[in-house]
Amino acid sequence: MGTLLEAGNISKTYRNHRALNQVSVHIPAQSIFGLLGPNGAGKTTLIRIINQIIGADEGTILFDNEPLKPAHVFRIGYLPEERGLYKKMEVGEQSIYLARLKGLNRHDARKLLTGWFEKFDLLPWWGKKVEELSKGMQQKVQFIITVLHKPRLLIFDEPFSGFDPINVNLLKQEILKLREEGSTIIFSTHNMGSVEELCDHIALINKAEVVLEGNVREVRKNHSTRLYEAELEDIHTPVEQVLDGRFQLAGTEKHHGTTTFRIRIPEQATPNELLQSLFTCGQLTSFKELTPSMNDIFIKQVTGAYPVKNRQITNSFTQAGQQ
Amino acid sequence: MSKTATIIRREFLSRVRKKSFVVMTILGPLLMAAIVIVPVLVAQLTDSEYSVAIVDDSGLFAQDFPDRDNVYFTPLDTGIDNAISLMHDGRFDAVLHIPEIAFQSPSSLRLFSEKSVNFNAKLLIENILKLEFESMKLSSAGIDEEVLRSIDTPVNIQAIRIADDGEQMTDYPEISMGLGFVGGFMIYIFIFLFGSQVLRGVLEEKTSRIVEIIVSSVKPFQLMMGKIIGVGLVGLTQFLMWVFLTLAIVGGFQAAAPEMFRFTPDEQVFISGGQVLNPEELQAQKESIQQHDTLAGELLEGLASINIPVMVLSFIFFFLGGYLLYGALFAAIGSAVDNEADTQQFMLPVTIPLLLALIMTQMVISNPQGPVAMWLSMIPFTSPVIMMARIPFGVSYAELALSALLLIAGFVATTWIAAKIYRTGILMYGKKVDYKELWKWIKHS
Repeated sequence: MGTLLEAGNISKTYRNHRALNQVSVHIPAQSIFGLLGPNGAGKTTLIRIINQIIGADEGTILFDNEPLKPAHVFRIGYLPEERGLYKKMEVGEQSIYLARLKGLNRHDARKLLTGWFEKFDLLPWWGKKVEELSKGMQQKVQFIITVLHKPRLLIFDEPFSGFDPINVNLLKQEILKLREEGSTIIFSTHNMGSVEELCDHIALINKAEVVLEGNVREVRKNHSTRLYEAELEDIHTPVEQVLDGRFQLAGTEKHHGTTTFRIRIPEQATPNELLQSLFTCGQLTSFKELTPSMNDIFIKQVTGAYPVKNRQITNSFTQAGQQ
Repeated sequence: MSKTATIIRREFLSRVRKKSFVVMTILGPLLMAAIVIVPVLVAQLTDSEYSVAIVDDSGLFAQDFPDRDNVYFTPLDTGIDNAISLMHDGRFDAVLHIPEIAFQSPSSLRLFSEKSVNFNAKLLIENILKLEFESMKLSSAGIDEEVLRSIDTPVNIQAIRIADDGEQMTDYPEISMGLGFVGGFMIYIFIFLFGSQVLRGVLEEKTSRIVEIIVSSVKPFQLMMGKIIGVGLVGLTQFLMWVFLTLAIVGGFQAAAPEMFRFTPDEQVFISGGQVLNPEELQAQKESIQQHDTLAGELLEGLASINIPVMVLSFIFFFLGGYLLYGALFAAIGSAVDNEADTQQFMLPVTIPLLLALIMTQMVISNPQGPVAMWLSMIPFTSPVIMMARIPFGVSYAELALSALLLIAGFVATTWIAAKIYRTGILMYGKKVDYKELWKWIKHS
């Protein structure tokens, strides 16, 4: 899988603050790339540079192995976070207008739009003014306009804001389908749930710098706390005994005859070894790794500590250590 | 079609299709035509008959009142009381009582009527009696009235303008002043009207947040120019529609009722003692009327003396030039603020030169070749209004060319500056912008 977009050492300084500092990202072709970061980290600046709305002070961007040039805007579709439409203009006419600015001719634009409008149940609204549409419908129109010209690269900035759960699902399906059809998608959001669900790769930007980049699975693996959760029933041998100091018990919880143990596996041991020990204690009903969610990783990277929910685990670990 | 053309097309069509544009386009010419037609219609409507009975106790003047302008005079032999009762019966609208001592004491004259007296009739009667009294006094003083009339010589200097090539033209400063003022004022109105449309358009794009979608497809400069040009074409269309529709309406009326517009010069009514002028005198008078004595004749001749193609072409050029110059500034203001209320602080410096130009128009038309007029017609910020005011008086082609060139340089400069502000401004939200900030945008982008 090649790289569709490669940004190298991008820097951008506004008069009194540095928005991007030597930022490099590689966006593999036909993937969904999550661009994450807290507000004001520099995500929008990077997106605007890729869209050639503003220029970078330093650095290079290669689009499909070519230096980024004005003609590339026809191959990029951008859905900004703060988005709107001309309120007094008719929906269909406005969609055709925006499509033409993306290089489509009137005839093709109309044909493609009709198909999309049909799919999104918007066809009856073609001749209505935008102000007559609900916010959700306006968002759908904006989504259609973004993807209409079949761009190689799609940039969605908080695409799900303002949608109800049903339409969020519809949109997710469409985004996945677009990837299947060959599009590469940059997905900027604060919603970590959808990042885990959709993204193949991520880059986390904080304070103008990339602090984390890579494949989502690998990122989560790298952030593994090596903490596992096991549920046992009919315990005949105390678990503490079989752990034998090789594994650290981080917490215990009894619930209707089932006991849940949180156990940390040290570097030199493997989950299989832990399992073998646990088999000897009783009936094992569940065993899983407690990987930090993207949300936890995000907060850890930005603030330097895991959020409150996970801190409970570390607390119980400390308590267990004291016992 | 290039993207700028696509933008121009949208800006143009979205405005031209608006109801307000259609209404304005139709109402404007109707209003202008009304200014021409209504007075003519009103004059005809009010021409109802008005009959005045004359009770002349002095017996000197009863026959001196010719019927005129729908005012009819009837000398009565009865007493004043009888005449008044006849008036109450509806036989007359008014009764003029000339007592015996009228000549010695004109204040004893009375005009009775049931309703408020017809102003025109009163004026007519006063004029007639004034002349009659004067002529009586002249003869009693032993002055021959004929001699006096021959002394009364109307003086009307024909001003002649000699062009460089020696061609002579009659000059009509009054007409030039009128045209100059109207031209300057129109330019002012058009720049303001369509300049503020640019401002509102930019602001609409910014507040509706569509601007970021658009600038991911086109350059901010293309979007700005597309809007300015599109709105400018709307202005031009409106202007041309107004001109054509006004001409069409007035022309239509003229064709339908030509007699309404035929100018009938006032006859000289004050024919002494009921005497009619001899044919020669009458002929001489008529000729002088036809030549240049009357307002209408002068108006027509004056208009003919104006170089109309130069006027129209100049209007279009100076409107477009001035509009582009100010339009760019209006676009920059729209991009810098977040809502309409915030525009006020930036509007002032843009409005002042335009307003100054309008105020100075008064001075310029009374001294169109003076240094003030000359300088103001060169400075791009005032030249569109001032030049339009000067052109009817005749401006040398060299001056016109220089002013035009400076105006072009002016709008290139304002567009360049505006583009810098616009580029930064349209993507800047929630920031209170002041002049210092704007200056930084210009300097740093």
